[in-house]
Amino acid sequence: MLRLLRLIGQRTLEWLETLGRAGIVWLWAIFGLPRRGDLALFTKQIFQIGVLSLPIIVLSAFSIGGVLALQGYTQLARIGAEESVGLGVALVLLRELGPVVTGLLFAGRAGSAVTAEIGLMKATDQLSGMEMMGVDPLRRIVAPRLWGGFIAMPTLTLIFNTVAIWAAALAGIDWLGIDPGGFWAGMEDAVELWEDVGKGTIVKSVVFGVIISWISVFQGYDCQPTAEGIGNATTRTVVYSSVAVLAVDFLLTLVMYGEFK
Amino acid sequence: MSDNLIEIEGLRFSRGDRVIFAGLDMQVPRGSVTAIMGPSGTGKTTLLRIIGGQVKPDEGSVRFDGREVTTMSRRALFEMRRELGMLFQSSALLTDFSVFENVAFPLRVHTDLPEEMIRDLVLMKLNAVGLRGARDLAPSQLSGGMSRRVALARAIALDPKFIMYDEPFTGQDPISMGVLVTLIRGLNRTLDMTSLVVSHDIHETVSIADVIYIIADGHVIGSGSPDELRSGGSTMVQQFMSGAPDGPVPFHYPADDFLEDVLGVD
Repeated sequence: MLRLLRLIGQRTLEWLETLGRAGIVWLWAIFGLPRRGDLALFTKQIFQIGVLSLPIIVLSAFSIGGVLALQGYTQLARIGAEESVGLGVALVLLRELGPVVTGLLFAGRAGSAVTAEIGLMKATDQLSGMEMMGVDPLRRIVAPRLWGGFIAMPTLTLIFNTVAIWAAALAGIDWLGIDPGGFWAGMEDAVELWEDVGKGTIVKSVVFGVIISWISVFQGYDCQPTAEGIGNATTRTVVYSSVAVLAVDFLLTLVMYGEFK
Repeated sequence: MSDNLIEIEGLRFSRGDRVIFAGLDMQVPRGSVTAIMGPSGTGKTTLLRIIGGQVKPDEGSVRFDGREVTTMSRRALFEMRRELGMLFQSSALLTDFSVFENVAFPLRVHTDLPEEMIRDLVLMKLNAVGLRGARDLAPSQLSGGMSRRVALARAIALDPKFIMYDEPFTGQDPISMGVLVTLIRGLNRTLDMTSLVVSHDIHETVSIADVIYIIADGHVIGSGSPDELRSGGSTMVQQFMSGAPDGPVPFHYPADDFLEDVLGVD
């Protein structure tokens, strides 16, 4: 029993220590705002993290938007409400699926790459080398990737939602023959700019971007500098980010949309 | 101003239960080439990292040019590091950059020099290590010895007042080795640098060092000029300087009896 208590205490302390280290890394990096010549580093990271994630985001968005329209039509046509496909798809995408699916894809594609890259730099003494040259790796390596993630994630979510709604329109209007007037008018009536796009898409995607970027850079910066250590850190990035996105999404939905009685 | 650029007093450092330094004292005189030698695993690289402020000791004082390193703020540490260079055992080249860009990196980050001047300086440094012709290669295209020479060119890019070399001679062919030995000595003299060399290559180290420290078991077990160490000192120092397998420094890492371990014989 004492051994169990000791183990729990030890693990809790280790977890708190890791959280503390993660907090310090985040703070140092977050205040590592661009200096002379740093703009190129940020631009490069936005390209690496954001632009290179576009193909997977666009492809997934097209697929999900099309599937939502096809499934929605099947159910709604039974009660003669097939024109509601547009509003249904838009609300589901803007409030939930857009930021969540983009977050999961972003963690798998960009988060894992960031962790592996920083981890490899650590294992090959590149981070230590920078430190000894008087260059802070938190500012030079971590900060651009962190800020790049903050910017890329909301942008990718907006692109995801746009492509998915376009795919839904393609499937619903062009393939299934839903009246375009009803499809778009239903969407226009139901969607509110702040309530759905602002809170649902922007707020959630910014929060997810911060979480995923933080986990990704910290796992790389704090990993064991070995092949196995980098592999484990990359796995942890994907797992922790995915779980965090789903859990935080639930909390945000509860806070922003929960109608408590 | 003290005659010593580096002053270490009462340094204690442990990793888990393993004591690396148990009250180590050392001084690096200004303008000297000081060498640290000793059996593998005695913490020579760790000592360089402690001097550079990358590792915090448990106790003791480490002063660089009169400034206490162990209590420096993060910002002050990065300021201090601009005055020193370090050649890593693993070279630590930036893998996304070419050879040229690696050497130009500290110049670009820390100076406002125009591009033409950066180019000239980089080519001068690369020429000094014999790799001007390799400027466009990627680090992955270099051999271990070449990587180390590029790293050396990068370490001296800003003409630091103090440079630490971690195993600079490892992996060098005899010609490069000779050039490196001359270069380290020459840099010290012409640029008024102070050098600290960690190396196992006794012949090369002895040929350039003004002062040698031999560390083992967490202490300095011998120090002095190469001649003093060769002619005197403890049996441990003599064993190390002559490279003898038998003596107070064990060849084997602590382990159970070999026969007992292999054959299960008591």
